[in-house]
Amino acid sequence: MAEALRVSDADLLVYVHPSNANRIQKALCRQLSVALFAFNETFDGVLLAYSFGLPSKTARILPGLIPYLCVNVKAKLLLFSPRQDMLLEGKVVKLNKETIYVVVLGFCAAAITSENIREEFRYKIKGGHGMFSSTAHKRHVIKPGTILRFLVKSFDEEILHISGSLIPAHTGCLRWLSKHGTAEDSEFDGKKKSHNSSLAPHNVMHEHLKPLLPSQDPYR
Amino acid sequence: MGVEFTGNHEMEIAVEESGYFSDSEVVAHVQEALQSVALGDREQYDWLLYEVLCPTKRMSPDQEALLLTTLRALSGAVPYIDADYHQSLYSLIFKMSLWRCAPDVRGALIDLIISLAASSGVFLDGCLDMLVRNFTPPIKLQESLSDNEWIARKSDVVDCVMSALQHITDLVPLSPMRLWPKIVREMPKSTRKKDLLLYVECMLRLERSMIGKFVGSLLLKALMDRLLDLDTDISWEDIAQEDNSRGIFDMELEDVQENAGDDRIEKIQQLAQDSSQCNNTNEKLDIIDGLMALTCEHLKSCVDDGRLIQVFGTLLESFQKTVLNAYKSKFAQFIVFYACSLDPENCGVRFAFTLRDIFLSRTNPPLFRMSAVSYLGSYLSRAKFLGSSLVLEILESLTEWCFEYCQLIDVNRTAEPKVHRVFYSACQAVMYIFCFRMRSLMIDPHNKSRVFHMPFESVLRHPLDPLKVCLPSIVEEFLQQAKATHLFSSSKAFIFDNFLESELSKAFGGIQRLDMFFPFDPYLLKGSDRYIRPSFEFWSTVRKAYDGDDSEDEYDGDEDLENGRHGVSLEEVDSEGGCGLDGDQNPESESEGEDADLGCSLNKMSITPKDTTLKHGLPANLGPPARMPARIRPSTSPI
Repeated sequence: MAEALRVSDADLLVYVHPSNANRIQKALCRQLSVALFAFNETFDGVLLAYSFGLPSKTARILPGLIPYLCVNVKAKLLLFSPRQDMLLEGKVVKLNKETIYVVVLGFCAAAITSENIREEFRYKIKGGHGMFSSTAHKRHVIKPGTILRFLVKSFDEEILHISGSLIPAHTGCLRWLSKHGTAEDSEFDGKKKSHNSSLAPHNVMHEHLKPLLPSQDPYR
Repeated sequence: MGVEFTGNHEMEIAVEESGYFSDSEVVAHVQEALQSVALGDREQYDWLLYEVLCPTKRMSPDQEALLLTTLRALSGAVPYIDADYHQSLYSLIFKMSLWRCAPDVRGALIDLIISLAASSGVFLDGCLDMLVRNFTPPIKLQESLSDNEWIARKSDVVDCVMSALQHITDLVPLSPMRLWPKIVREMPKSTRKKDLLLYVECMLRLERSMIGKFVGSLLLKALMDRLLDLDTDISWEDIAQEDNSRGIFDMELEDVQENAGDDRIEKIQQLAQDSSQCNNTNEKLDIIDGLMALTCEHLKSCVDDGRLIQVFGTLLESFQKTVLNAYKSKFAQFIVFYACSLDPENCGVRFAFTLRDIFLSRTNPPLFRMSAVSYLGSYLSRAKFLGSSLVLEILESLTEWCFEYCQLIDVNRTAEPKVHRVFYSACQAVMYIFCFRMRSLMIDPHNKSRVFHMPFESVLRHPLDPLKVCLPSIVEEFLQQAKATHLFSSSKAFIFDNFLESELSKAFGGIQRLDMFFPFDPYLLKGSDRYIRPSFEFWSTVRKAYDGDDSEDEYDGDEDLENGRHGVSLEEVDSEGGCGLDGDQNPESESEGEDADLGCSLNKMSITPKDTTLKHGLPANLGPPARMPARIRPSTSPI
């Protein structure tokens, strides 16, 4: 999960309409907020949160019919960019024999179809509610509300929809997996640790993106 | 499930063995049919398409059962539906109308749509489009249903659609972001009232639901935009052409009869029926009326849910961006008025201060400021629910601003009304508020002293001379009340023409005629009037400062009126003793002459143009003096 989330430092150039000259902060927030929860190719991920500061109190005025203000912004961006074969965790919101529906980080939908569920899991109905139960480990159960670890098969960047898989052995109910470490889990933990270390402050990815939103260049 | 399949050879064999298929067998069969398309075998797939999902003839009960079974099986086989191979299938599914389906089939179709939307991003947009299209029924079906059937069907289908959208949002949390542009885009453009009202009803239900937390404000703004579009589509000119001598929105609405508004709207409709053009106008009025009623009802429910303040924030934002900039909106602004009436302490006060701040902000364009102060004046005058302290506070702000303006301005440079239009707008707004509120403000000694401390007299006596430039009708009424309350200490006479408007007022009002813009004049729509009326101050019910006077002043006034010119001398007033507010106010003493006085009073406050002078410019000294705005009408449109 950790590897799909990253913090980027970005130097941005934001064009602010002169009508907002007396409320620059608000204008910057509005411009950055437009990019929230949508995949942005420049950032190579989905912008989830941001904070920013202004390195200079002055801004260049763009020559042209409308004198836009070119404001330099130093921003910290929290980005979500799931890729194939990454491990993600999400909450199961619904399941039936054919599909398990998961929501990742509360906003991103994922679906795991029956052909991507390993044979160990069998669908059954207990107490009127459907669930997937492991034939190898009876307590390994997947039902609505379960926090599920799954593998990313593909990611639709436009809709922000993930197609997932439960084929690898180290996928399934997160609680069960953490209680019953297997060889695969150890291997996974090793990966996870390395992912975490990548988040250490000295390893934060630095991206220098300019401008932030190319489409916002008023004279492009 | 147990449905017998008969249209397929393989199935027939299976049926022979056991008689029926189990659910999983049917799902397996449909999966196989879907998968075989990629292998080049379309036989079963085509059978599903053309025989089951899209029968050419009216469906028999068996066919309907088969359709139901197939839809359920397709829900189980959703992972096998491929965007490339099965385009005909999902296109057919998206074209199906929930309104035409039997309840069971409808439920199965909804389940399938939910599964499709959540299983893959590819189908999400199609599913949302399909659900939004089903906000309204097919036209032919709508015509064929009786009223009872319509209500039952409507309730079922709308419930289904709403629950489907909610389910999809649970599974795909960002789907509302894709949903709201579709809703705005698909909003009916036709003048079919039933369609638009039903559509808006669905929008408002969504706004109230969980989805509304994400996109509710956007939906409300879209609704306000639509209301404003319809509103501005109807021009006063179009309506007034019907009867120039009377005017279709002739403001005699506030006659004492409660149903005056009803009579008026009936007259409007009657007149409108005379021509096809007016039929169109009539239809639009009818639609706006329905939409206003729906929106007001929604706001009422927001109070019950305790989220009016949040919704009001959205309305206010929309108001500032659209209504305030629109050219003389007639109805849309009453949504905000009604919201204010539901929570005067929060919403009502916030609205007034927002308008004041817009007016006071020097960075705003002059027309925007003028529009804001017109709204402010009209709002403070007409809103029954606002307390005197708020009115006084705003009056003090405006007067203070006017006073400062007078100090700063160099009259010798230019005295053209157009240059000082913002100033004149403010002066007119202050006078207009006083016309409605003078008496109530003077009742409390503390408020009275605050009024007397306002530097308004020096503003009026400034060389910019607002009394000459502002609408004579308002100036006259204001001076009468000022006279009665001894508002002015000086005794200089104010002389003015007793006209509805003057060349000078036209000059400061500009081509937009903001000098004659009173946005909260009496509300004209019959169906939604019940929401506005209880909180609305009609001129006929306003107790003027001079009420209870003997008829001498009135008489003098009438006499002067006959001479086509009316002058008020503060000196005269003082010497006559005026009609002080503290004097005896015995309503019964008005007795016999009450009706006549009321009529006279109304005449003086009726701004409704009775002739075409507004269209062709007002002759300075010709004809009888125009009557004045009492029910100051919603924005007379002069040109």
